[in-house]
Amino acid sequence: MTAPALEVTGLHRFFGGLPAVRDVSMRVPVGERRLLLGPNGAGKTTLFNLIAGDFPASRGEIRIFGENVTGKTADQRTHLGMARTYQIITLFPKNTLVHNVVISLLGLLKLRFNPLSDIRKHTALWDEARSILALVGLEHLAERTVADTSYGEKRRLEIAMALAQKPKLLLLDEPLAGLSADERRDVERLLQTIPRDVTIIMIEHDMDVALAFADVITVMQHGQIVVEGNRAEVVADPKTREVYLGH
Amino acid sequence: MIRASRQQAVLALVAIAALLAMPWLVTSDYYINIATQIVIAAILAMSLNVLVGFGGMISLGHASYLGVAAYLTIYLSTHAGVGALGSALIAIGATTLLAMLFGYLALRASGLGFLMITLALGQILWGIAYRWASLTGGDNGLGGPIRPRPFGIDLMNPTAFFYFTLIFLVLAVWLISRFVQSGLGQSLQGARDQPRRMRALGYNVWLIQWLSFVFAGFWGAIAGMLYAYYHQFVSPQALHLTTSAETLLMVVAGGTGTLFGPVVGAALVVILKNVVSAYITRWLMLLGVVFVAIVLFMPEGIVPGLRRLRETMKMRPASSAEASLPAAEERTT
Ligand SMILES: Nc1ncnc2c1ncn2[C@@H]1O[C@H](COP(=O)(O)OP(=O)(O)O)[C@@H](O)[C@H]1O
Ligand SMILES: [Mg+2]
Repeated sequence: MTAPALEVTGLHRFFGGLPAVRDVSMRVPVGERRLLLGPNGAGKTTLFNLIAGDFPASRGEIRIFGENVTGKTADQRTHLGMARTYQIITLFPKNTLVHNVVISLLGLLKLRFNPLSDIRKHTALWDEARSILALVGLEHLAERTVADTSYGEKRRLEIAMALAQKPKLLLLDEPLAGLSADERRDVERLLQTIPRDVTIIMIEHDMDVALAFADVITVMQHGQIVVEGNRAEVVADPKTREVYLGH
Repeated sequence: MIRASRQQAVLALVAIAALLAMPWLVTSDYYINIATQIVIAAILAMSLNVLVGFGGMISLGHASYLGVAAYLTIYLSTHAGVGALGSALIAIGATTLLAMLFGYLALRASGLGFLMITLALGQILWGIAYRWASLTGGDNGLGGPIRPRPFGIDLMNPTAFFYFTLIFLVLAVWLISRFVQSGLGQSLQGARDQPRRMRALGYNVWLIQWLSFVFAGFWGAIAGMLYAYYHQFVSPQALHLTTSAETLLMVVAGGTGTLFGPVVGAALVVILKNVVSAYITRWLMLLGVVFVAIVLFMPEGIVPGLRRLRETMKMRPASSAEASLPAAEERTT
């Protein structure tokens, strides 16, 4: 039996005594498409930050592909095959789009420690970055500065930077938020092209948006998991309705 | 940044040509010595700029590397009987090791904490130099004729010594400009702008900053060795906070994160210090005034400031025509 892509047990995170994540346990097998639902402030992003190693858990254990990463740094976890996007866009605004993707590619290469070798001369790197931009439909904007692109383009660049790392476990934090219906369809189609062996966990707070995407849905509220199951189960569960209508 | 680099390379060539021609243009030893001081200060400022400009790590302890390398160069060759080349190599090597230790300590913090640790470490060194008189000569400092004679060239000649230091400046410009575009330099700039994102992309931000810190310390040590050769003397002043602050001033005045900003800043400070101090005794005050003026009128530093000015000059005709339209309308209403 292969280890799950992600296994979280008894995870807690407190902010100044207030729990943002409370006793969360979940298991995501390799290749699964998991949707993480819940209203604003439910603790979804905090859970991602704990999994990615942005800050340590107050209590609990995290395993990625069977390896206990609870004490590992964010960059070490990334080298195990994890990648993520951010809900709040964190790109390099003064650099071009292709340069952003190159920085993403560089993160996994030994070249990142080389003090002499000019990265502009590594043409294969830039070609690869352009091909990844093509994947998300941004090839024509490769030389544009991030600051001069639209919100939807930035969101797609976020995804491109995560894809550049060829992740085995991909965490997407509200990739559809703030997009027009057209852009949303583009991103949904893009997500469908990701190979099936890549495990994806996607956060969304709008219930109707991304149900089609998910094999399993986890609903969070007040830092806890309230419902978990396949689409039919979650939709039928009265607790789901409570989360979405009860406030 | 990438597009500007060809223009920068041309500028560098012009600057180097001008520097090479310097001794023909000014024949007085006095001015050649000032040019030499500028070159040494420029190497130190460029190395600090690796931290401040490209790393976003503001250090107030960069005199540490200048001072320690200068003390070691002089001590080894005048008191320990080590040859010129040996002294220089040991001084640079040991100072780089010191940068490894200081970087390890200072990078436990960031921002203001980092600044305070570099400041404190520098003050400790200054205290040692001042107090441990049996080794350092205390307030009297250390001195002796230590300029080497590489390949039989007499470096006591100011022009020859100027060219000697110029070789190191050219090397510094070349290798630091490469560093800026290298994998490590790009990682450093990413860590400056988005440290969290960089970690998530697989970068060990701490290690990248530490390696860059050591790289900066190495070039600080080169400046220190040249400083020792130039003055043939070193005192606690080389390690003093004002030396660190002056170096930071050069970087900020010239333009952080630009290749040539620190060189311009170094020229400004050294010229003010030497030329103006002949006429005005309170030259530090004048330096303060100049600095305030730069902060007010060119907060980004001289080099980026001039670039901005040139661009607004180019756009002036179009924008002033536009600007006059609403004004004319106002008058009619
Ligand atoms: N860095 C932080 N410091 C303090 N409180 C935080 C921090 N991050 C999140 N929180 C709090 O944790 C709770 C969950 O937030 P978050 O995980 O962002 O929710 P979601 O992503 O589900 O909307 C919120 O009450 C938020 O205010
Ligand atoms: Mg969120």
